[in-house]
Amino acid sequence: MFLSYFTEQPMSAYPAEEGLKEGFTSVLFSNKYYDPVEGSRLFNERIEEYKLAEQVGFDGIMVNEHHNAPFCMQARITVMSSILAAITERAKIVQLGNPLPTYDSPLMFAEEIAMIDMISKGRLISGIVRGAGQESVCLNANPAYNRERFNEAHDLLVKTMTDDGPFSWEGEHFQYRVVNPWARVLQKPHPRIWVPGVFSAETIRWAAQHRYPYISLNTPLHLTGELWQIYDQAARAVGYEPGPENRGYLLRVHVQEDGDKARENAREFMWMQGEFTGIGHPYWTSPAGYGSSARRLDYAKMANAEIRGSRAASFEKQLAAREIVAGTPDEVIRELRVVLETCRPSILMLWGNDGGVNHDDSLRCIELMGTEVLPALRDMGDELGLHDPFELDSPISLALTPPDELNPIESDDDRPEDASDSKALQMFR
Amino acid sequence: MQTVTTTVAGLGMREFTGGSGDPLVMLHHSFGNPGWMPIHEALAERYTVHAPDLPGYGGAEGSERPDWARHPRDLALLVGQWLRAKDLGPVELVGCGFGGWVAAELATMSPELLKRLVLVGAAGLLPEKGRIFDQFLVSHSGYVQAAFSNSEVYESVFHSNGDDPDEHPLGDETLLVWDMNREMTTRVAWKPYMYNRRLRPLLGGVTVPVLVVWGDSDAVVPMECAHAYVDALPDARLEIVPDCGHAIDLEAPESLATIITSGTANSGGAAQITGGAD
Repeated sequence: MFLSYFTEQPMSAYPAEEGLKEGFTSVLFSNKYYDPVEGSRLFNERIEEYKLAEQVGFDGIMVNEHHNAPFCMQARITVMSSILAAITERAKIVQLGNPLPTYDSPLMFAEEIAMIDMISKGRLISGIVRGAGQESVCLNANPAYNRERFNEAHDLLVKTMTDDGPFSWEGEHFQYRVVNPWARVLQKPHPRIWVPGVFSAETIRWAAQHRYPYISLNTPLHLTGELWQIYDQAARAVGYEPGPENRGYLLRVHVQEDGDKARENAREFMWMQGEFTGIGHPYWTSPAGYGSSARRLDYAKMANAEIRGSRAASFEKQLAAREIVAGTPDEVIRELRVVLETCRPSILMLWGNDGGVNHDDSLRCIELMGTEVLPALRDMGDELGLHDPFELDSPISLALTPPDELNPIESDDDRPEDASDSKALQMFR
Repeated sequence: MQTVTTTVAGLGMREFTGGSGDPLVMLHHSFGNPGWMPIHEALAERYTVHAPDLPGYGGAEGSERPDWARHPRDLALLVGQWLRAKDLGPVELVGCGFGGWVAAELATMSPELLKRLVLVGAAGLLPEKGRIFDQFLVSHSGYVQAAFSNSEVYESVFHSNGDDPDEHPLGDETLLVWDMNREMTTRVAWKPYMYNRRLRPLLGGVTVPVLVVWGDSDAVVPMECAHAYVDALPDARLEIVPDCGHAIDLEAPESLATIITSGTANSGGAAQITGGAD
């Protein structure tokens, strides 16, 4: 199993009552409430925690990027990745992910990740995402072309990493008369690309069609079966048999010696009313043209409905559904066995600390994960046959799979492309 | 009134048309044309009115989106081709809000297609002091509502589902079409939002007379843009409609029709400001 540590790096030191008063905590929630003195303290605490995560045995440290909201302090994923490249020795740097469509220069991004891959001595995993709609609003990247920009930036990125320059690029959204960066990725042919998501069937299929592992971001456990069905079908259609090496799962997990204390701290996963991404208006999270047109009416109805506050289930319900796992190491190990048996991922991201969990408790949580939980998970992974892409040395993409190993199987599923998306999303939401 | 579809650049373009007299073409707001409306009916007494859906708008059967279009100027080119295909010009061209921007772009490139240009709360120029209200930061209904100074008039135009508090007052059809229209607006006008720095320098070449009409309570496009148009155009004058918001065509159709038809102020309350090239 590939086991990675994660935290959203919350900017927890802001006046929460102001957000509640305003009714939203993203996009237009004023940064006059941002205290950079606290920001400095929090960044440096997180860096200490990452160092410890590596020391106690995590295989990777997952980082991400969001904008204009207190739920995540990282405005630039490549900055934190660069820091990790220099201050860690062994753990992989797992970017989940780079919001490609919001970048106006994928070439500059390719230069950044080449530098990170070299400085980290080949420890980069460069995940890519479309970015939620509000990222497009915050960075003023046209949401109607989000998927086009994602696809084109991906193709340009892969070509830049694998082909020698100079070449020119004349795309719909990006044009370069010279692509010839004097910065090349160390890992050959290129660092692994993983694709995280929260259940868009279109993205699940896209990941499967490229043979990139899909990392399900804390989606309800009972829906993961449906998710892998979509992935597996798309994988078989392009000619390979998917397995646990194609599957990742991110889960909120908090451990302390005292189970009650762990559960009390885990309530912090519910901060900002329990929404992962702060409270935002639907017309920010899913602007017109961003989502699938098959669900246009649903989106439009949501966007024009009265704001009804948080849609998150209660803490107790999320504990019961194992969307949050908290307790002593033994309790957590028992719960995670069910998660592994149900979801069968070979890549597991433990989202350890969020909200206002203090630095000391965060460190203790990471330590207990390392000394008690990770060894148990590795045993379970072996027992359940959950072998990760590195153990299996599996192909890093479909394009890099020898054609004679591919055996495409026609699907007999004639449901419209978005049928499964619709059902799952409605349940999820 | 009838609907007619014309093929332009390989794609269907639908219009509502009715009335008799000289041809008058009316281009709609970014939220689209809700149908054959009282403004069309009023103008149809004097003109043959053509109210097309701008390419990519309206969601009508047979109308397809020009996926390649990336700027309102592309839509202006298509409207020009449509006018030529129908052999309609020269016409009275009326543009409301976003449609006013498209009309102004067309006037800079093909003034020979126009007899007169009427800009009603037109977008297209960057205000120096104020800001054009950004629809992408609010809901569809929040934006359309902001185009009216009187919310009761807004409701009378768009609310279709009666008084049932459990039902959304906007019907599904309106929500669907608004979302399609917003997507098209996103495709062509996301950034920069609702203005074109390359428009103002070209307005001096618009040789036809221009009537600029603004609601005195326009909360979408600031009044300074009205003055900017009047200042930049060689032959333009401004009519201000009192107690009216941005969507004059929907909020005060009779007043707008009278202003367009008579070419003069419709009441003592309306201010008239004549501008011109310096």
